[in-house]
Amino acid sequence: MDARAELLDLLRENARYSVSDLARLTDRDESEIEETIAALEQAGVLRGYQAVVDWSQAESEPVRATVELNVALDRETGYDDIAERIVEFDEVRSLRLVSGDFDFALDVEADSMGAVSRFISEQVAPVPAVTQTVTHYVMESYKENGIEFDDGHDDDRLSVTP
Amino acid sequence: MTGPSIAERVRQVPPSGIRRFFELAEEMDDVISLGVGEPDFTAPSRAREAAIASIEQGRTSYTANRGKRELREAISDHIEKWELTYDPADEILVTAGASEALDLTFRALVDPGDVVAIAQPSYVSYVPGVVFAGGTVLPVQTRAEDEFVLTPEVLEEAGAADADLLVLCYPNNPTGATMTHEELARVAAFAREHDLTVLSDEIYADLTYVGEHTSIASVEGMKERTVVYNGFSKAYAMTGLRLGYALGPSEVIDAMNRVHQYTMLSAPTTPQYAAIEALRSCDDSVERMRTQYDRRRKFVLSRFSEMGIDCFEATGAFYVFPECPWNDADAFAEALLEEQKVAMVPGSAFGESGSGHLRVSYATGLDDLRTAMDRLEQFLQ
Ligand SMILES: Cc1ncc(COP(=O)(O)O)c(C=O)c1O
Repeated sequence: MDARAELLDLLRENARYSVSDLARLTDRDESEIEETIAALEQAGVLRGYQAVVDWSQAESEPVRATVELNVALDRETGYDDIAERIVEFDEVRSLRLVSGDFDFALDVEADSMGAVSRFISEQVAPVPAVTQTVTHYVMESYKENGIEFDDGHDDDRLSVTP
Repeated sequence: MTGPSIAERVRQVPPSGIRRFFELAEEMDDVISLGVGEPDFTAPSRAREAAIASIEQGRTSYTANRGKRELREAISDHIEKWELTYDPADEILVTAGASEALDLTFRALVDPGDVVAIAQPSYVSYVPGVVFAGGTVLPVQTRAEDEFVLTPEVLEEAGAADADLLVLCYPNNPTGATMTHEELARVAAFAREHDLTVLSDEIYADLTYVGEHTSIASVEGMKERTVVYNGFSKAYAMTGLRLGYALGPSEVIDAMNRVHQYTMLSAPTTPQYAAIEALRSCDDSVERMRTQYDRRRKFVLSRFSEMGIDCFEATGAFYVFPECPWNDADAFAEALLEEQKVAMVPGSAFGESGSGHLRVSYATGLDDLRTAMDRLEQFLQ
């Protein structure tokens, strides 16, 4: 793997690896690590570093939903134009154009079910190109960003083996 | 009545050198063990699913003595990447771990008094295996200055020219050393010149981090005098499923199978289903684990170098084998365990030339490795 690919892989595994650990893990100089990360940020490849939260273990839990969105395009309005409007809302955590039965998949987050519903019906549905929305509330999360939300496996190996 | 008397060849073999250390470590809480000789990963989920499905379908009978044909065929395809060509019909034997395959070979090839040269430091089972079969062990000490690579010079010096068999293991447990094609070719020339049969334990072949694994059996003129061992314990993290295999000339595999059919009948059935699936679809999982090991390997080597601990660049398995900062590695390992709760195995457990070294396994998550290295640093201050 080249330095960029390897760093992306490591940071996606754990964005809090220190520069010195990244250097050790890849057998590269710290300065090279710093430069590569800076270049990745500069190029817009690395867009942020965020925590993975298991809300079921937190004191309060936001309401989250996956929303399917269908749209009708016309001469003046393309997917990008619609997306540009929708990304602006704080409630929208992610927005992707997808293949298949609907056009956009949104992850939406708000304080209550009412707030999510109102957001969809009052902000998203009225966007002129939007023809249909289907809201799926998240009931339980088992894995996010590659991290499993179980208690992990006990290490049942013997402590010293040949 | 004096009770049953234990056979001399069993009494001859002392309990494993690792045992005492294991007991010490087991007694303590919160030990970070870098003394584990098996993966910290679990078997790939596809392989586990295949095992479960086979049980659900009621596939719980014996298999062919040599192992399921489909598995032998998959093994035959898998090993082509190492330039090994073996006929699934009569040159491959599926066993209950590489351990069983090694034992079968000693029983099939060793007559009382036959001399078996064993390249050390080595995995702890070869010596007892030879003794149980009635053979005589000739230890061959590889040298730290050669980075524990086996050379014709040390073979000559140890008197291996007169031996009947030679056991070697690369990538090596406990040193992490690997051997290049050129280095193996020199050993091969020695084996041919002195008519040695070579037993090559390549269970860590898939865990090679620099360059490609080479099998001594792929060296010109060696296939007919070599038995190769491999299995699913290490690369596929399937230790507890107990499945391995041997590759060799059909006469040798036949002889091994004769012992196997009377003592084991067939390797366990369920793991054979897991293994077929592992070979068919788990290359990505192996590669992911290999990548993790490689990063940890680099991490540990970097930390050693920051602490001023001498360690050659081990390029295989999941061990590094640093020189011990104290003369007495046994005392060091014990003190480190008691004061900092970090377990490393003294190299002397693996043979004379291992003394003065420590076997450090990096089959442990990075968080624990980091903490263990910090504790080691503290211990050294
Ligand atoms: C070098 C070596 N050979 C063989 C084995 C045993 O392998 P298996 O689980 O296939 O019996 C081990 C396990 O630690 C090993 O390190």
